[in-house]
Amino acid sequence: MTTPHPNMREAYGMALLALGKANPDVVVLEADLGKSTRSVLFQEAFPERYFQMGIAEQNMAATAAGLAFTGKIPFIHSFAVFAAGRAFDQLRNAVCIPKLKVRVCGSSCGLSDFGDGKTHQSVEDVALMRSLPNMTVLSPMDGIEAARMMECLIDWPGPVYIRVNRSNLPFLYPTSEPYHIGKITRLRDGSDVALLAAGVMVDRSLKAAALLAEKGVSARVFNLSTIKPLDREALMAAVAGVRAIVVSEEHNMIGGLGSAVLETLRAAPHAPVELIGIADRFGLSASDYEEILNHFGLTARAISEAAMQLIEAGPAD
Amino acid sequence: MTEAANVKRLERLALQLRFDLIEMMGVGKAGHLGGSSSLAEIVACLYFQAMRYDPRNPKDPDRDRFLLSKGHCVLIQYAALVELGVVPRDELKKVKTLQGHLQGHPDCDHTPGIEAVTGSLGMGLSIGLGMALGLRLDRRSSHVYVIMGDGELSEGQIWEAAMAVAAYKVDTLTGIVDLNHVQATGPTREVLDIPDIARKWEAFGWEALSIDGHDIVQILDALDRARRIKGRPAVIIAETVKGKGFSFAENNAAFHNGILTDEQHRQALSELEARRAGLGD
Repeated sequence: MTTPHPNMREAYGMALLALGKANPDVVVLEADLGKSTRSVLFQEAFPERYFQMGIAEQNMAATAAGLAFTGKIPFIHSFAVFAAGRAFDQLRNAVCIPKLKVRVCGSSCGLSDFGDGKTHQSVEDVALMRSLPNMTVLSPMDGIEAARMMECLIDWPGPVYIRVNRSNLPFLYPTSEPYHIGKITRLRDGSDVALLAAGVMVDRSLKAAALLAEKGVSARVFNLSTIKPLDREALMAAVAGVRAIVVSEEHNMIGGLGSAVLETLRAAPHAPVELIGIADRFGLSASDYEEILNHFGLTARAISEAAMQLIEAGPAD
Repeated sequence: MTEAANVKRLERLALQLRFDLIEMMGVGKAGHLGGSSSLAEIVACLYFQAMRYDPRNPKDPDRDRFLLSKGHCVLIQYAALVELGVVPRDELKKVKTLQGHLQGHPDCDHTPGIEAVTGSLGMGLSIGLGMALGLRLDRRSSHVYVIMGDGELSEGQIWEAAMAVAAYKVDTLTGIVDLNHVQATGPTREVLDIPDIARKWEAFGWEALSIDGHDIVQILDALDRARRIKGRPAVIIAETVKGKGFSFAENNAAFHNGILTDEQHRQALSELEARRAGLGD
């Protein structure tokens, strides 16, 4: 399939290369997954600023801290499950406490490494990274947005975790629309329901909005690609006036985007909220991405049905 | 200054660091006395001779870096930073309180002169590697010193870093192992024996220099030799006594993170005074 844009991980690798060209302080560390993470593009152009650390994520993360102390902007790479999990203590202590400008690429995020199964699928990385003070957590919905995010990562202060999907996702980010970290992008307007999502679930929320429209329900759809810090004012505006809110994520329902939205909305008056996510289970091997997403109920139909149930239940007295 | 006079200067400084330790410990407060005092001579030799470090300009990009991977023993680094004037002396009594700037473990966000955040054990060598690689990219000649504990060598990340430092042929980093043979809950050989430490480092591609870590002449010689080794990293295996200088605390795991009674506090000061008298004027 040919598309006008590179898919997310390729867009990530190209953007990393562009940052390397624009800024000599950008350095890249890799834990032997460069062909998947696409850090190889940087390696070919800037071998002296590329550090192959071997299969040693903990050392990689703390080495990045040392590089950041000398003024470098390190981008470290592994699969999301290892980047966030294996190196958690190093990210916590060596990187987040001193607020270092280390960028953590959690590649093959969520279930997108569908064949490799639960050891290689990340259902908890957002929860882990979101719980760290000073950490920014990003989850782009497509290659266009991933590239826009990368442009912000030279100047953005403090550590950043970015979730990168390995599959070919549809291109949804409006190319003429400006981008900044923290932006909540409206992709569809509607009056009855607000569908909030990040990553692969944005497309599914748009499809859910179409299903709802067939039933006469008008849904607005927002991309919440900055999971932390979540812009409270923008979120309140996004959900103002609707009768139901559905938050969808490719992640455990514990601690991810849904939790972030509920924490942010907590005391303010708001419509009832339902979450679509993975119900506290690990992943599984599957023959393709669509199959595994369907298996865990991460579907447009599940989103639209959740919205309908909230509407039919009506407002709480 | 003659070599003998210089040795005596550094011995006096090590003694002063131990006085500062006792001021920080006070009475009835938990503190890592044992592993701090085993480092007194090494820290004195680094900060007051071997390191390129201007206390009036502690952020100089060309300075040498001091990383205490065994971060729980930061009291000895605070003592040195106070003697250098980087940290005000009145911070000593406020150590580990909300009123002071001296945290329980090294925290560059809180304390001037601290280079990183360490204390979750096993990370300092990796951070030092990153600093050395960054300094090399910038063509700076700064040297990085990383002090590890012997018990800390159980952490797998130490050996990940040891492989990487050797693979990148980083000769601007010197590792120092404080081989004091005692960790939190007892003798290291009983907790988890780590035999053949020098041979382990050598097998990982390092040059290992074994010394008496309380002998100023041996420390200075090893630091000098380590800095001149090119093409591969060097580690100094420093044989030390945990709690050195305080008879009740020597080789005693209770003072890994212990509390001084009023009587022990007085005894500690009187032993240091006796040492001062022994060193003469």
